[in-house]
Amino acid sequence: MNMKTAGPELLQENVGKLKSRMGTFYPGSHVIYRGCDLHTELQDMDWVELYMFGITGRRFSKEQLRLMHSIWTYTSYPDVRLWNNRVAALAGSSRSTGTLGMAAAMAVSEATIYGRGIDMRAFDFLIRTRKETEAGGDLAECIRLELDTHRSVAGYGRPLINGDERNQHMLALSKALKLDQGPYLQLAARIEETMLASRLRMKMNYAGLVAALIADIGLSPQEYYLYSFPAFLAGMPPCFIEASERPEGTLYPVPCADILYEGESPRAWPK
Amino acid sequence: MSHTEKPHAIRTRIWREEAEPDNPFATRAAYCHGYDVYGEMLGRTRWVDMLFLLFRHEAPTGQQADLLETLAVALANPGPRDASVHAAMCGGVCGSTAASSLMAALAVGAGQFAGGREIYLAMQAWQECGCDIAAWRQHFSRPDETSGSIWPKPEHAPGFDPHGVSTATPVKQALACLARSDSAKYLPWLQQNLSALETAAGCPLALSGVAAAAFADLGFTPDQGEMLHLLLRLPGAAAHALEQRPLGYKNFPFGSVELENETTGEPA
Repeated sequence: MNMKTAGPELLQENVGKLKSRMGTFYPGSHVIYRGCDLHTELQDMDWVELYMFGITGRRFSKEQLRLMHSIWTYTSYPDVRLWNNRVAALAGSSRSTGTLGMAAAMAVSEATIYGRGIDMRAFDFLIRTRKETEAGGDLAECIRLELDTHRSVAGYGRPLINGDERNQHMLALSKALKLDQGPYLQLAARIEETMLASRLRMKMNYAGLVAALIADIGLSPQEYYLYSFPAFLAGMPPCFIEASERPEGTLYPVPCADILYEGESPRAWPK
Repeated sequence: MSHTEKPHAIRTRIWREEAEPDNPFATRAAYCHGYDVYGEMLGRTRWVDMLFLLFRHEAPTGQQADLLETLAVALANPGPRDASVHAAMCGGVCGSTAASSLMAALAVGAGQFAGGREIYLAMQAWQECGCDIAAWRQHFSRPDETSGSIWPKPEHAPGFDPHGVSTATPVKQALACLARSDSAKYLPWLQQNLSALETAAGCPLALSGVAAAAFADLGFTPDQGEMLHLLLRLPGAAAHALEQRPLGYKNFPFGSVELENETTGEPA
């Protein structure tokens, strides 16, 4: 074990000491945010710009910020059926607090079939595939290996339907912003063409498109992960509000008979 | 998405309810894996019996229930130095909601350092290596090549303490106590091979490693072990969060931050 990265000596060195290059606040005086005074140097920043500055320490162009902002906007669906939104709404129906409901809804957005889980896989797949194809690898083989490993290709196909209503709008915006010529977006389109030509017939979904657009902006996987966090947030408050306004407990009521039991028949407790 | 004749119905092998005759939404009887919960189990079964039944679908033997209960006591309070309890206290000390304190404990206690994910990974190792010391050595030496995950790359052998020098006494005590169970296979093997495993892992066994072996001995899957570990550590987090509330934030560590240089403002 490397004693520089672990061990009681390292812990002891950090007892009562908080070192940070990210920032701190001086009560009654000022706040330092990644080396800048929040209220005199960063005060005119748009919130998304600040959020991205906080994640990356870098500044982005107006067009890049617009794209990153719109990526969240285009996927903010106030549909209570969606599993994360439903958590927020059930909190409203159960008369919990909005913060608890939406915090839990955001947490479950880190799912395997949608949200952060698939975002990370889609991003990783594009990065690996670009490396492999640029090194002479065969794209169809990359796709086949991905399918063998995960039984799906992240960023292609969709849980509910094969096709994504968001993509045409996001592609139009990225074109208008002149952010549609990057190598990852071109690769993502080639992957789609390859898959559509095969028996898989899976179209690129929003996770695939967004991963490509953001990879072309130059974010690292961790930066992309943290950037994506608020993606669904704006769809959640309407779900919470509506459920809160209806009589308590009336969202998704389930009569006893609607539990489709598939387990053991009645039996006596053994002790 | 349900495609059954009843699209609003919930499928389950765990739970069945019969309705009161006057209200289809009121329960007259509830059955857990076939056992009448309120009519028969209540007053006759222990909390750990119900836990085991819910996850394993069968009632535990007396030895299994004893093992799970002993483990539950060992895990119940990680103590205020633990990061998950610290997180819960951050909620309690400022009067945050009760649920937020538990959510904080769950979020922080979910990770790969002493948390639920560590249990998951350690249990995967038990599935892969079992009681084969050579397999464990190979497992520890193999670099992690997973990518594209929401989880960071593991930084130490799951179930072992990267900051440890020797096996902590409570870890040895918990292992010794749990390994006495006649239901245990992995735990006694872990106890007998502790030194070799710690050498291979490069650091001493942690309580999470004992818990992972115990969950594996109880027949839980890594998913189930992860979930139970999250659940069983909550009592201490809750108690410590409540305790801090009347003490107030002025009596809770805050500290000061020493700023290090940050280069800023580079265009992307």
